[in-house]
Amino acid sequence: MIQYNKMNKTKVAIIGPGNIGTDLMIKIMRLSENLEMSVMVGIDPNSDGLARAKKWGFATTDKGVRGLIAMPEWKDIKIVFDATSAKAHHYNWEHIKEFKDKRIIDLTPAAIGPYLVPPVNFDDNINLRNVNMVTCGGQATIPIVAAISKIAKVHYGEIVASIASKSAGPGTRANIDEFTETTASAIEKVGGASKGKAIIILNPAEPPMVMRDTVFTLSENGDKEAIRKSIHDMVAKVQKYVPGYSLHQEVQFEDIPEDEPVFIEGVGYKSGLKTMVLLKVKGAGHYLPEYAGNLDIMTSAAMATGDKLALLEFADS
Amino acid sequence: MKPIYIQDVTLRDGMHAIRHQYGKEKLKEIAIALDRAKVDAIEIAHGDGLAGSSFNYGFGAHTDWDWLKGIKEELTHAKLTTLILPGIATIHDLKKARDLGVESVRVATHCTEADISAQHIHAAKEMGMDVGGFLMMAHMNEPKKLAEQAKLMESYGADCVYVTDSAGALLMDGVIDRIKAFKDVLKEETEIGIHCHHNLSLGVANTIVAMQHGANRLDASLAGMGAGAGNAPLEVLIACLNKMNVSQNSDLYQLMDIADDIIRPLQARPVRVDRETLSLGYAGVYSSFLLHSERAAQKYGLDTREILVELGKRKMVGGQEDMIIDVALDISKQK
Repeated sequence: MIQYNKMNKTKVAIIGPGNIGTDLMIKIMRLSENLEMSVMVGIDPNSDGLARAKKWGFATTDKGVRGLIAMPEWKDIKIVFDATSAKAHHYNWEHIKEFKDKRIIDLTPAAIGPYLVPPVNFDDNINLRNVNMVTCGGQATIPIVAAISKIAKVHYGEIVASIASKSAGPGTRANIDEFTETTASAIEKVGGASKGKAIIILNPAEPPMVMRDTVFTLSENGDKEAIRKSIHDMVAKVQKYVPGYSLHQEVQFEDIPEDEPVFIEGVGYKSGLKTMVLLKVKGAGHYLPEYAGNLDIMTSAAMATGDKLALLEFADS
Repeated sequence: MKPIYIQDVTLRDGMHAIRHQYGKEKLKEIAIALDRAKVDAIEIAHGDGLAGSSFNYGFGAHTDWDWLKGIKEELTHAKLTTLILPGIATIHDLKKARDLGVESVRVATHCTEADISAQHIHAAKEMGMDVGGFLMMAHMNEPKKLAEQAKLMESYGADCVYVTDSAGALLMDGVIDRIKAFKDVLKEETEIGIHCHHNLSLGVANTIVAMQHGANRLDASLAGMGAGAGNAPLEVLIACLNKMNVSQNSDLYQLMDIADDIIRPLQARPVRVDRETLSLGYAGVYSSFLLHSERAAQKYGLDTREILVELGKRKMVGGQEDMIIDVALDISKQK
């Protein structure tokens, strides 16, 4: 068995001990190769996430980002994960940005930094100190849009994310427009589609349904076999850090002939190739049960990003 | 009793029946005819609400903005209204609609997810709009719990909350129990609405019993033009209300003429209770799944009813049209 030398791991803090922050903490404890959980930061002394962190022996503060900066652990922390809200992230970043040796991985929809989807554009963002993890639906679907973009110009990319009601926290529910707008924008900026659209559905079925994501694209007529292969390759890449991610059905194609184009707002009349990709995201069952693939893909993507950044830190020092 | 308020949904729910393909001029002609027949409100949008145009729900012949443009100026009696589903459309879209003269909006969620409408209801009220909360697939939530969801929408500022039987699956007692539950918890000034689908042939009957128990905003569409077996047929509802001596504004004979002369010829796929649409009501499936399921059945060589029943078993909710293909592929694999 490999013995990891704890001293060589990069120390991290998590701000926001809700569903996402707590799940991320568990993942870092159990799975991370290069990260070491150091501090959990909250604002509510009674939060379940803070209590768990304490129980597992991590330092905690209920005084928010200012409490974190005042802690003796702060000087050794290199990466901060922000799992609060868009508004709180702006505040947190204001306090952290002057510490030039720290990076922040933003899991809120604030998107001060550029969108980062690990298997698509990690290398473009290695020098930035603030990166944004888009949304759960974005992490699940944008790799697929990018995989299609590699083969054929994507005029339009549309995604539908269906999640179990139980897995949508109060933050998501109160700001559902942030999901649709952020995801649509990242489909364009990271996925490479000229126009993006995102839809989110909450399903209350019992037992809760496992997260499903569907990607539709309209692209130039590309080689279907090459597109299919590119999608399969991308799914394998995502599976490396989200084991429960899978292609639920074989890729579906439909030709949209020139004499029967579709009319897409902001794009106009277009013909070409319609590609439909039906995905399933089963969670690892760390903090919430397996149905919460939405939670899992977000925290897994953030941890994968942290792990890769930590490797760069070693290379630097 | 609050005054009866008839909202026509031919140009929104009716979109589903023709794959969202109304031409701009045809839509304008219908809107003007409805206004002249003194319908109180006319709802215009893609069938899945503003910004519903998509691969998942079908691309509209026009954008919502092109359909809405120039309608408000033509209306003399009716309010111009629209509908949005949080998760599909955003407040940004709602503002665009308001700028085109829309003065009333329904904010629609699944019957257990009212809290995702808070942001949109607040925003619509801030814009000075009349707001209805639209609790879809109402058969999937028991009366008391549905009323708790209605109460949430009221607390966000909704002027009216609807029992929305999207699957046309409720029987008359089911409607009555839900309206009564609303009455028990909502404020006196909050209006109650009813939106039916005719899949079990109860569209008009359910609307009438809802009214008799306190609903005053009634949805209907010309010749039933709507998803599945359609909505409560407007002209039939008005005929019944007249026979019941219920005071309302619309003109029966004008509506009959528009229904038969303009709307029925547009119904390429007849809007009626048949094997497929009856299955929607029987299995409790979102009526808008009809045409998508028929297309999937044709593409994958399956029986539409088989797909619909499986969708019901999997408890799919409105908006999950992508799962129709998923179900069709699963059934094909088993064969």
